Amino acid sequence: MAIVWIPPLIRPLTDGKSQVEVEGENVRAIVDALEARYPGVAARIIDEERIRPGLSVAVDGTVGNKGLREPVGPNSEVHFVPAMTGGS
Amino acid sequence: MADATSPFGSSIKRREDPRLIAGRGSFLDDIKLPGMAHLAVLRSPHAHARILSVDTSKAEALAGVKAVVTGADLPAAADKIEDLGEGAINLMYLSANILAHDKALYHGHAIAAVAATDSHTAEEAIGLIEVEYELLPPVMTVDQALADDAPILLSGLRTNEMGEMGTQPTNLAQHFRHQRGDLAAGFAAAAVVVERSFRTETVHQGYIEPHTGTAQYNSDGQVTIWASTQGTFAVRNQTSEILRIPVSQIKVIPTEIGGGFGGKINVYLEPVAVLLSKKAGGKPVKLVMSRTEVLQATGPTSGSNIRIKMGVDGAGKLTAAHAELYYEAGAFPGSPVGAAANVVFAPYALDNLQVDGYDIVVNRPRSAAYRAPGGTNAAYATESVMNELAAKLGIDQAEFRLLNGAKQGDRRPDGVQFTEPVGLLETVQAIADSDHYKSPLTGKYQGRGIACGYWNNWGGKSSATAILNADGTVSLNEASTDIGGSRASIAMQFAEAIGITYEQVKPRVGDTDSVAYNDVTGGSRTTFSTGMAAHNMGVEMLAQMKERLADIWDVASVEYANGDFSGGDNRSSFPQAAALIYKSGEPLMVSSTVYPRNFGPGFSTQLADVEVDPETGKVQILRFTIAQDVGRAIHPSYVEGQMQGGVVQGIGWALNEEYVYNEKGQLLNGSLLDYRMPTALDLPMIETILVEVPYPGHPYGVRGVGEVNIVPPAGAVANAIYNATGVRMEELPMSPPRLLAAMSEKK
Repeated sequence: MAIVWIPPLIRPLTDGKSQVEVEGENVRAIVDALEARYPGVAARIIDEERIRPGLSVAVDGTVGNKGLREPVGPNSEVHFVPAMTGGS
Repeated sequence: MADATSPFGSSIKRREDPRLIAGRGSFLDDIKLPGMAHLAVLRSPHAHARILSVDTSKAEALAGVKAVVTGADLPAAADKIEDLGEGAINLMYLSANILAHDKALYHGHAIAAVAATDSHTAEEAIGLIEVEYELLPPVMTVDQALADDAPILLSGLRTNEMGEMGTQPTNLAQHFRHQRGDLAAGFAAAAVVVERSFRTETVHQGYIEPHTGTAQYNSDGQVTIWASTQGTFAVRNQTSEILRIPVSQIKVIPTEIGGGFGGKINVYLEPVAVLLSKKAGGKPVKLVMSRTEVLQATGPTSGSNIRIKMGVDGAGKLTAAHAELYYEAGAFPGSPVGAAANVVFAPYALDNLQVDGYDIVVNRPRSAAYRAPGGTNAAYATESVMNELAAKLGIDQAEFRLLNGAKQGDRRPDGVQFTEPVGLLETVQAIADSDHYKSPLTGKYQGRGIACGYWNNWGGKSSATAILNADGTVSLNEASTDIGGSRASIAMQFAEAIGITYEQVKPRVGDTDSVAYNDVTGGSRTTFSTGMAAHNMGVEMLAQMKERLADIWDVASVEYANGDFSGGDNRSSFPQAAALIYKSGEPLMVSSTVYPRNFGPGFSTQLADVEVDPETGKVQILRFTIAQDVGRAIHPSYVEGQMQGGVVQGIGWALNEEYVYNEKGQLLNGSLLDYRMPTALDLPMIETILVEVPYPGHPYGVRGVGEVNIVPPAGAVANAIYNATGVRMEELPMSPPRLLAAMSEKK
């Protein structure tokens, strides 16, 4: 199962757990699985059927470019992190 | 792969250099169009005021005035967040920054704009516009913005805490947190703990070419914009959203760009120019900002308040780290605190950490990206504490970083793992081994400081096409505007992939109608991503040439080596092959679009020697060396130029640069006489050490090199000042008055 690192400000919804194991073949399925176990999590991550603006998802160390369609492997590590912006 | 004929590693003279050096480059102010009207902008003299009324009637009546616009002429913008090229932005705020809606939110905020037959008439008309303001107290700092009774800048703003929205009006736009391990246990295990608070002031990117907007609204509804920008498609997208014009009706033509450093991604003038052109019956219109307008109203980067607490055990290993980052976003949300929250501890392996980031609106210009946005502030604070910890333990400052430096397998503060090789330790070792580090200091008030820095870099979307010409040259059409030599580095990667010389490739930056979508030149991504597209095209064009020659020569296969194609008894040089293909059938063109999922982070370690004048507090940089993991240096002198440029900007930030406001929130130093950037007379030659830890996710091992170099300088200089004087400076810039006061206090 994939390991999801729960952002600290969402941990009150996950009984304080910082990491949760869930199944899902992509980020959308992972969020659905989290929502089923911890109601309210999906609304903190998804807005209008996309990852919330200003938030990114990293799977296995890579901030992907497919958003909710980003593939997740059976042993993947998933992070939801504030987006970073560049400069020159 | 590269061989003796490879262009890589040689600092080839760029095709565009003779033209630019001779003053024949075409910059935006060189664009002259028939019947062009000139623009002037009325700007708020107040930092915070409600706009009660704007009367433009007298200006409109002035002879020579073609059109006047105010915020009321802008289409209603949606209260919706979109990513328009780099970073998410609320469309309503984007619109209100172009021309103020109901409030002026910073000194210099645009209120109205005039197009007239000449710039003098436009300026005169500006003086005839009557604005009635209700003055409000200015909110200039983090502390003022977060006070219980703080005046609220944006009535609709609520705090976003990872998707949970606050219920009360506020100046705190966002709060987020990274946390892992057990912070309390980590500090309990520490032999030494250091905690300090720091303040950094607002600074500007300082590009030499001011912002310019030139546009024409044609009678068929098509819009043409000439832009000095880091991203033509970003200009197109922002203009489209602000004015509600479909992107298909907007063409953005890039010119040469006189510096950007992140500050030429946001639009300021282009939508206003389009509006005025439309109102003026389709006349082309143009505005060149004055330096004062640039400083007052275009993207500086955030000032910040930062608190750092770090603990280390008796063996010199970090046990815990905690940061609180309060970043001033300017008048609208969107400071670079998200990036800063990783930069702050990314160079070090940490099991127990917490980082809290806060994005706060204040009555200053909307902050824009500036070279590794947010990174310099954060690293200055961390690296100051790192040296203090090392000193308390009696460990050499380089050795301390070697003990704790991040490597493959370690994690950034947000938890994301470095899954591929990273070069931090190599850069620290390069500094430790350098002649500079081994050379002793010789004066009483001399000091030496080290600092490390991290930048995430970026991939982003890139597109390009390549056309084989009959004479064996290749026309390479890309859309990454060239801030400092990327045409060369991209053309070199194409040349390497196909096996021709750089001189055979003719790169150009096309407009938005000629190339597929392309992200901005930013995030240190251009040589990486657009170079990847160039590589792909080189491979594809070579394959197609072999196929076409096999057909022409009627052979099963064709080989290409040392500049010659061969198949059966046939042999042909590259130009001969191009001519054959040209005559034999359809022209040959290839294209590539890429959106790399992976990209390698950059690390840099820097070493500063300073001498402090105890009478004046003036700091002289005696010697400065930068070691940077550059992945693979495609064009070494261009890479060195990036490294040196970033260091120089960081030194300016460290020692002199700051926005100075009066109590009314009015900018007092709105010129380059008063906003003190370093000049060549202030600096020694910046010594460079190119550390090459190739990034495995790029065909040539490229990493972005443009940004990480600005992250450590302020920390390195602060540590050198401490080493020279025993004074730990907790505020940037460390200007003579501040340093002198701190030295006096220590006595």
